[in-house]
Amino acid sequence: MQKFLSVTGMAAPMPAANVDTDVIMPKAFLKGIDRAGLARGLFHDLRFDAKGRTRPDFILNRKTMRDVRFLLTGPNFGCGSSREHAVWGMLQYGIRALIGTTFAGIFADNAANNGLLLISLGEDDRDRLFRAAGPDGAELTVDLVGRTVTCGGLRLEFEIEPSRRQALMEGRDRIATTLQMKEQIRAFEAAYFAEAPWLARGGAA
Amino acid sequence: MQPRTLYDKIVDRHKIRALDDRDGPGSQLLLYVDRTVLNEYTSPQAFTGLRDAGRDVWRPEAALGVVDHVNSTAPDRGGAVADANAQRQIDCFAENGRDFGIEMFDVLDPRQGIEHVVLPELGWVLPGLVIAAGDSHTATYGAFGTVGFGIGTSDIEHLLATQTLTYTRLKTMRATVVGDLPVGVTAKDLVMALIRKIGADGAAGHALEFAGEAIDTLEVEGRMTICNMSVECGARVALMAPDDKVFDYIAGRPRAPSAEMLARARPVWQALASDAEAVFDREVVLAAGEIAPMVSWGTSPDQSGAIDGAVPDPASLPEDRRRDAARALAYMGLEPGVRFEEIAIDRAFIGSCTNARIADLRDAAAILRGRRVAPGVRAMVSPGSSSVRRAAEAEGLDRVFIEAGFEWRQSGCSMCLAMNDDVLAPGERCASSTNRNFEGRQGSGGRTHLMSPAMVAAAAVAGRLADVRILAPREM
Repeated sequence: MQKFLSVTGMAAPMPAANVDTDVIMPKAFLKGIDRAGLARGLFHDLRFDAKGRTRPDFILNRKTMRDVRFLLTGPNFGCGSSREHAVWGMLQYGIRALIGTTFAGIFADNAANNGLLLISLGEDDRDRLFRAAGPDGAELTVDLVGRTVTCGGLRLEFEIEPSRRQALMEGRDRIATTLQMKEQIRAFEAAYFAEAPWLARGGAA
Repeated sequence: MQPRTLYDKIVDRHKIRALDDRDGPGSQLLLYVDRTVLNEYTSPQAFTGLRDAGRDVWRPEAALGVVDHVNSTAPDRGGAVADANAQRQIDCFAENGRDFGIEMFDVLDPRQGIEHVVLPELGWVLPGLVIAAGDSHTATYGAFGTVGFGIGTSDIEHLLATQTLTYTRLKTMRATVVGDLPVGVTAKDLVMALIRKIGADGAAGHALEFAGEAIDTLEVEGRMTICNMSVECGARVALMAPDDKVFDYIAGRPRAPSAEMLARARPVWQALASDAEAVFDREVVLAAGEIAPMVSWGTSPDQSGAIDGAVPDPASLPEDRRRDAARALAYMGLEPGVRFEEIAIDRAFIGSCTNARIADLRDAAAILRGRRVAPGVRAMVSPGSSSVRRAAEAEGLDRVFIEAGFEWRQSGCSMCLAMNDDVLAPGERCASSTNRNFEGRQGSGGRTHLMSPAMVAAAAVAGRLADVRILAPREM
């Protein structure tokens, strides 16, 4: 997992509410057994028409967005299917953080597990940032160490769960961390199955 | 002790330790997970991760795999071959099961079906459990008093390796549904009415518990429909206190505990309810008697209305919803003011983990008996599992569907998300018993109207969206 400290780059506004993971990563790109090739699938049906031609109006297809690093998102972004492919595709496309108000639960967990930073702003700050970036987007800097978003003259502070921030800054292996608690898990299981024997091996008919 | 909600009781019971110095919603903890179910499309990269790190599966018997998302539902199972990529996922899935000692139901297994239909019918979903799985609709198991929730592939890997998740405790919300549902109104209409009322993010960040007479009156299958689709209003977990209907549903199923063990479990299960004094972070009340059969008109599950209504004018909606509504209508090819009952359909689909259990097929068949699908409409039914398919055939429901002009398919997720070859063509309009009407969900450019299975049957017969209450069941 790539560490996130401070990143500067272009931000593309995508203000629609309830952008779902089917739209972020359509089903045609879910047929792999690895994580490869998902940049092509990102927002595929918005980027390309039925004949595979680029839709010039779509924000990510503009010349200025060739090296996009951030999306400015609407509420409940990432709702729907649990597909982690949506997050993998964003990272492969070069997107490092999403800045909006609210994000759907599974999507947010997937983002955290892959080092994609999600920034939840209050509605006032979100509106100010959208205004600063304008409809065509703008360059901005996200500093996770200082918890700030800077866009032109606008500087916003944001809140983030301390453990999530730490994990993003360290790019940590979560499974290794949990396995350090192996003995506690074993002790829990022993007591748990003693109290609920219908769940233990042999408890089923 | 402080009064607690059912959700908090179950999470507390599965808490191995705290992971921060906080308490309550938002706090992080190491959560023990009882069971998981795997599918062929969200699990492969989790197994690759385990292999790369040289890790084993902590408790292989706590996982079960079933192929459901990419398989063909062609009536002849032997002859149908999935596309090469899908076949590779199916092969890889079987190989992962063999390598890591996890039982997998392949396409030809008589127990194959949609994961959230298969687990309950096996008797593997028990009250008070935590079940996390790589599919958002894992919330279905809330009908059993189980905390079920969807996770991504990285968390599947974490769960397989440790039998735990690093978990953030949710806030709690209660939806009380007072009164009884009117005749012709189903669990699907109830949950669609709730989603419409509170919005696609109305329960975001919350575990949503259902209570009230309308819930108590429903059978377990209808309750599963509600918990399943609660995901579409942002609930990560849906819950209902288990009752005798649930205990009776479990008893005698192939993987249920033995009679002796069930007798020991029962008093523990009967105590699984929110304390009377428990405080929820949010409360919402719904009057069941006011709910009518629902249809969606947009591209988000909260964009819906009662069948006797009309497509709304975006200008009449709150300002923050106008632009999305206008975009949805453009995608759906609909004009404001058009009566729902005037909307002609090309396709009808009954299937999915939301609405393809035996009770759903009976509801639809009751409408179809003695009737024919309208000319020009292609209608399909894909039973929720191979067991449901056999049970329906034993009752003669397959004949009802076939004689009405429906295709009687095999089981799978099918055209709910169209990962296999059951797909809408661009512009095709479908009456669908599924859970999501997102852009492109049932096929790029396809247009989905969500509704109950009986409403799909009514639409198939009428050739347009139709009010099931007018189309009373007809004798043979």
